[in-house]
Amino acid sequence: MRTLLRFLCLALSLLAGAAEALTPQQTLAIAAGDNDARLAALNAAATSGDARLAAFVQALLDGEVKVAGDKVYLVQGDKATIAATGEPTKVPDDAEDVTNNNRMRGALDAVLSTLRLFSPDLAVRRAAIVDLGKATLEEGQLPLIDKALAAETDPQLKDNLGRMRAAILISSTDRASRLAAAKELASSSQSTVASLLQERLGDGGEADPEVRAALGQALDAVRGRLAWGERLGVIFTGLSLGSVLLLVALGLAITYGLMGVINMAHGELMMIGAYTTYVVQNLFRAYAPGAFDAYILVAIPAAFLVAALVGAVLERGVIRFLYGRPLETLLATWGISLVLQQAVRSVFGAQNVPVENPGWLSGGVQAMSNLVLPYNRLAIIAFAMLVLGGVALLIAKTRLGLFVRGVTQNRRMASCVGVDTARIDMVAFAFGAGIAGLAGCALSQIGNVGPDLGQSYIVDSFLVVVVGGVGQLAGTVVAALGLGVLNKFLEGMAGAVLAKIMVLVFIVIFIQRKPSGLFAMKGRSAEA
Amino acid sequence: MKRRFALKAAAAALAASGLVSLPAFAADTIKVGVLHSLSGTMAISETVLKDTVMMTVDSINAKGGLLGKKLEVVVVDPASNWPLFAEKAKQLLTQDKVAVVFGCWTSVSRKSVLPVFEENNGLLFYPVQYEGEELSKNVFYTGAAPNQQAIPAVEYLMSKDGGSARRFVLLGTDYVYPRTTNKILRAFLHSKGITDADIIEEYTPFGHSDYQTIIGKIKKFASEGKKTAVVSTINGDSNVPFYKELGNQGLKATDVPVVAFSVGEEELRGVDTKPLVGHLAAWNYFESIKNPTNAAFIKEWTEYAIKKNIPGHKDKPLTNDPMEATYIGIHMWAQAVEKAKSTDTDKVIAAMAGQTFKAPGGFTSTMDPKNHHLHKPVFIGEIKSDGQFNVVWKTPGPVKAQPWSPFIPENKGKKDEPEKK
Repeated sequence: MRTLLRFLCLALSLLAGAAEALTPQQTLAIAAGDNDARLAALNAAATSGDARLAAFVQALLDGEVKVAGDKVYLVQGDKATIAATGEPTKVPDDAEDVTNNNRMRGALDAVLSTLRLFSPDLAVRRAAIVDLGKATLEEGQLPLIDKALAAETDPQLKDNLGRMRAAILISSTDRASRLAAAKELASSSQSTVASLLQERLGDGGEADPEVRAALGQALDAVRGRLAWGERLGVIFTGLSLGSVLLLVALGLAITYGLMGVINMAHGELMMIGAYTTYVVQNLFRAYAPGAFDAYILVAIPAAFLVAALVGAVLERGVIRFLYGRPLETLLATWGISLVLQQAVRSVFGAQNVPVENPGWLSGGVQAMSNLVLPYNRLAIIAFAMLVLGGVALLIAKTRLGLFVRGVTQNRRMASCVGVDTARIDMVAFAFGAGIAGLAGCALSQIGNVGPDLGQSYIVDSFLVVVVGGVGQLAGTVVAALGLGVLNKFLEGMAGAVLAKIMVLVFIVIFIQRKPSGLFAMKGRSAEA
Repeated sequence: MKRRFALKAAAAALAASGLVSLPAFAADTIKVGVLHSLSGTMAISETVLKDTVMMTVDSINAKGGLLGKKLEVVVVDPASNWPLFAEKAKQLLTQDKVAVVFGCWTSVSRKSVLPVFEENNGLLFYPVQYEGEELSKNVFYTGAAPNQQAIPAVEYLMSKDGGSARRFVLLGTDYVYPRTTNKILRAFLHSKGITDADIIEEYTPFGHSDYQTIIGKIKKFASEGKKTAVVSTINGDSNVPFYKELGNQGLKATDVPVVAFSVGEEELRGVDTKPLVGHLAAWNYFESIKNPTNAAFIKEWTEYAIKKNIPGHKDKPLTNDPMEATYIGIHMWAQAVEKAKSTDTDKVIAAMAGQTFKAPGGFTSTMDPKNHHLHKPVFIGEIKSDGQFNVVWKTPGPVKAQPWSPFIPENKGKKDEPEKK
């Protein structure tokens, strides 16, 4: 790696000079043979600075290079060319793919980013600097960085390059430049810089006391900045878990919280939502592969409708006969949950089914050097907020919401003033079930979809509703986010297994102290 | 009388529902038990092993069966529920009177059935890599012992080509296999001069699905010093959210490589593997290995999967290491039965010693004459963008298993063969 990078610097300082063409022998030496020899050939080729090299290296990284005998081919789609010259050709059948291990890929990446450091495109340069910033830099790269620094016009990139320069100078033999470098590095927020500084402070590193002090200060400053990334990370993961809990508990907040139905099949309604997503995904893959990335937009309403329909059937078929008999409801819905699970097993098989994220939900945004916010998590937080807003509006502002509140508060009075209570019960229950379907759709994007998906969330969702206070939407929200953050905070300290136990112990104590939850219902309806 | 009728009715119902592949009362068959979870968290890995047994039994039957009798498969579903494994094992041995059982994936399930097999003098073929520290006369271990998988994988990570890792995150599901393997690995790393400050261990429950915190911890640990690698013994369907999170958080194999011991082609089905390129797995077989035996094995499986309409595999047939180990196990058992001219447990055990079989992995696997483990080659593969593995390292030939790891001091002087009873 070190020698490679040294070669590269040499290569790039010669970049403006005479450019040699990439020869077939060179491409063969880079593509085939043992790794040490391939790396050496890559270094040598980098000195020639042929414009084709970047394309060839990229193709190697993308796995588009094949070797047969002593010929090296680029295969892009169904077009094949000779790698060195670019002339079109046919690939023989016995051609083998070039395989790169991690070490090889790392070296290829490094070549690519150094070549890109001189691109006229600002975005390309920025990406190259980000990539190089993650690598460990060597003294041989100094002239290259200096050159790039002189040519760079963007102030932010200039700063970054300056820090890269300092990261090299920190191990220079000149005391003054070491001191200056240590001061410069204090403004970094890269985790690689933190480990570099730590290494310099360790045995066999810096000897001069003054520089040591500067290094120590710089390390504290960098660590301080990194610590913010970590803290924000905990809060983000907590919010993300909280929004999942909120989604799974919202439907229950309606069916159990408002209507008082202990619905043990709530988890299975989520599972139905998740399986609906799976079916929609398969339909898209079969009939509209071009629009695959949009499947989730269809899956959301589909999951809601299917789960709501199942909910409506449940309410009409079973639950309406059991109002006011919580124990029987519990047993009946538990039985239903088993029936639903077995039904799904019979139709889709007992194994988990694969639900693929659409392309735009894969990956994440780099918020800080040590904090990446994955798109699927961000999407779920936003989705939970949207669903919450929808539910709150529906309950508080619409005529249906008014009826639901009226029926749950005083059924007979509502009936007297002309509300069709049976219909309202059905609609409210179906609505709660539909929200569970939405939760299932969201869960399919982050976890496994299988027949027992609901089982792993049913306990959590009841906990959230109970801790929040039965019948209180606001309580559900506070409890979901609170439990999410608490769980992630404890997990960071004690590990996943202990954290789960600690949260449960906390909930037990909490319920003992405040049996009616965070937001207790007041007034006569509380006793009804 | 009444009870017998009820039993018959139950058996007929089982046969009708397709749980038993052959008519339950076909005269004079040799019964073969299958004890793999077909539901629950381990179904992702184990279901396909049941089908592998069925396929191999079909092909043995097509060639005329064993000792002039057809084989008959009895399938039970222990549902990823460890106590249920023992119950179902007892049912197979005492009610169905099977000659042999192929089953178990997790070590906790194997530990759960072990007393049942020893008490009833049954015969179990266990097809999965495990932590060692066990040697029973009634079990043949066709998966890898730690020195056939875990130790070579960590050695590779520490080598120049593997990235010269000097700091390790040992990450696993919370049960006996990961805990024991990590104990062995820790002792091994100590012997290589790596101190406890450079090792962390993390465990998650079965079925865990939120790996954000763990990935955050790995990142933090990696930023605190030398080159870091992750050794994952996560088992079951938790691997899907783990790898999804790994990809989404942009933790690349060139920065922090993750080597897994229970993740193969089957577990990566349905995961977007493009961000995971370069992460590793250590096994004794990969589907991507090229040789005629493997080509025949893949062809046999593909045809079987399409014929039997196996979900997933009918569209995208995949083979993996435990399937290969199951396949070797059945064939070796069949060879031993032919040699012993009997299905009697003790006679078959004696005949198993030294059996050889040309394995799809490209080498001839040998059953050790004494220690009930296979001699197998070790391969290390990197994940490719299509979900297959690129073999980047392999042993020159088969390696003898050491069920008692020499890195655990208490193992000193333990005999390399089961205690005679």
